[in-house]
Amino acid sequence: MADHSAHAGHGEHHIVPKRVYFLVFTALIVLTWVTAWVSTVELGALNTVVALSIAIVKASLVILFFMHVFYGTRLTKLIVGAGLFWLILLLFIAMFDYWTRTWVGVPGR
Amino acid sequence: MDSTVETVIPAEAHHDSSAVRHHFSTAEQQKDSATIGMWTFLVTEIMFFGGLFLAYFVYRQAYPAAFASASSKTNLAIGAFNTTVLICSSLTMALGVYFASIGKKKLLILFLVLTLLAGGAFLGVKAFEYHDKWVHHEVPGAHFDCEGCADPGHASLFFALYFGMTGLHASHMIVGFVILVILIFQASKGRYTPEWYTPVEMFGLYWHFVDIVWIFLFPLLYLIDRTKERLF
Repeated sequence: MADHSAHAGHGEHHIVPKRVYFLVFTALIVLTWVTAWVSTVELGALNTVVALSIAIVKASLVILFFMHVFYGTRLTKLIVGAGLFWLILLLFIAMFDYWTRTWVGVPGR
Repeated sequence: MDSTVETVIPAEAHHDSSAVRHHFSTAEQQKDSATIGMWTFLVTEIMFFGGLFLAYFVYRQAYPAAFASASSKTNLAIGAFNTTVLICSSLTMALGVYFASIGKKKLLILFLVLTLLAGGAFLGVKAFEYHDKWVHHEVPGAHFDCEGCADPGHASLFFALYFGMTGLHASHMIVGFVILVILIFQASKGRYTPEWYTPVEMFGLYWHFVDIVWIFLFPLLYLIDRTKERLF
């Protein structure tokens, strides 16, 4: 990371070596078939947790390397982070509402 | 932060390349602006799909049994295969951007065409799956009949979300197709050089974003309650 931030703000554009793309691609393919296989293993409630964790790892690899955010400017990182933060707010606040509403017998459910 | 650096650049250096538009100081500033603009658009897309994902999570936690039995109607191996195809198209797109950045015109065109073909294969498989669901009366509506489903009324909800989410994803890919054809045409005319290939790179961001949406759709729609099955 420190190695790349040293280049940030430099005149020339960063070209990501092909090797990085092939490594990320291999990881994505392996994780796809791992997640498909692990879904057939009885893990109870953990099945969903594992499936979503693998999806988050895969999405992070695509964002950081295929979409060059790892090599991007701080402003790009801020915009991406803000977008994901807002998505988390949307999902978590709404889900906590739906999840806990039955506990206190609020009308409308 | 960089403005102090830029002010010491002589005026003539501001137009070091004809690819830099007059309202930008440097090619780098121009590229950074495009990247920020594209990501801002993608953030609106995150919120667009985010609403559908929220609807999915709300109904899945409300009717877990219906979602589990309806999800079993999808084909696990086909879903995993199609995910693989889409990841291949992301690799070819990333390599297309790479070859654009080092000025390899023929390889750029080749990898854009490969991206188009992989995307087409994905949509072909998707069309096959849609047809299969149509034949088996698994499309929500008057003829909906989910054989062996735990809770048919709410299983219909799963399929409504299935078609809504995969349909919105597929329509993004169709938009991507049109743009890819334009990019291939422009690339063949030699419009893109290592100094300026911004459209290729920005389209790459869009294509990878669509890939990420599928990376989440696959576990959510295909991978619920598979423990009594085998992958092959």
